[in-house]
Amino acid sequence: MNELAITVIGPDRTGIIADVSAALAGVGANLSDSTMTRLRGHFAMTLICTGPAAEDVEKALEPLSDLLATVRAVEPEADGAARGEPYLVSVHGADRLGIVAAVTRVVAEAGGNITDLTTRLTGPLYVLIAEVDLPRGTADDLAVRLAEAAGELGVEVTLRRAESDVL
Amino acid sequence: MSDALADWKPDVLGVEGRVLPVVTAPAAVLSREGAEVDPADPEIVQLAADLVATMRVSPGCVGLAAPQVGVGAQVFVVDVTQHPKTATSHGTFVLCNARVVEASRWRPGREGCMSVPDLTGDVKRAGRVVVEGVLPGTGEAVRLTTDAFEARALQHEIDHCAGKLFLDRVAGAHAVYQRKVYL
Repeated sequence: MNELAITVIGPDRTGIIADVSAALAGVGANLSDSTMTRLRGHFAMTLICTGPAAEDVEKALEPLSDLLATVRAVEPEADGAARGEPYLVSVHGADRLGIVAAVTRVVAEAGGNITDLTTRLTGPLYVLIAEVDLPRGTADDLAVRLAEAAGELGVEVTLRRAESDVL
Repeated sequence: MSDALADWKPDVLGVEGRVLPVVTAPAAVLSREGAEVDPADPEIVQLAADLVATMRVSPGCVGLAAPQVGVGAQVFVVDVTQHPKTATSHGTFVLCNARVVEASRWRPGREGCMSVPDLTGDVKRAGRVVVEGVLPGTGEAVRLTTDAFEARALQHEIDHCAGKLFLDRVAGAHAVYQRKVYL
């Protein structure tokens, strides 16, 4: 069974998901994990599918000419269990070049693995929220380094433990 | 002490409130801890009246803190009486130097903020709090117990006074939302 990594992006309109998922179903591509969201008026889909060959999926998506699609065969990978402790990083401040680069570099150097990250630009305000798996016992040190980086960028940063209530 | 709040009305400030412009992020004043204030200081009494006046002219506004009008001080107004999620309500009141001294019944909820006008976020807050502070003017100490939406509003405003926005507390990477505008 082939595993495929697929991205689709295009100007938002009604029916993008319906069209793409119908095309995928038509060639027997089974959707597993995905994120689909609107980014500043563009609709972006990132998905993992199993089933057909990459060429068949490319052909099936071709008629959707307003959408830019990429299809690539990948090795199957299970979601690894989180190795560290779950934390959240919030950054907000005046938009400028390099906020994401600087903040994520600091996280990476601390051995933190970002598992999810969203940014929003609204007017002059830039907001970044990241979910991070941190090696045990490194949070205090990372908080200091993030504060230094934030100071240089002129933005605000908070690092806090993510809560995961199991019900 | 709770009687002090029951009798409190903005009129007792004795000064006319002015409507001030509301500052929005990324204004630096929103991210600095506000100074503790002398509640008897005439400037603080005026600020209290201004906060009430500014809240009143802002549609849907249930609370406003001094940093949101550009003043780095631990003063805020709250009035959740008209809000559907309100259970307990203490009417309109201004508190100075307020602290949350007890917090329980944590639950998530969606919050917005006049200083972050385009976004909302899911934030976990205590559904029951005990807050201590002092009234502007008299400086009378207040200890109030409240719940539900008033508890959330108090935590949000006390955060403002500490230089924190709801963005510093959102629950995850997908817990920030573009505010919908329906015309």
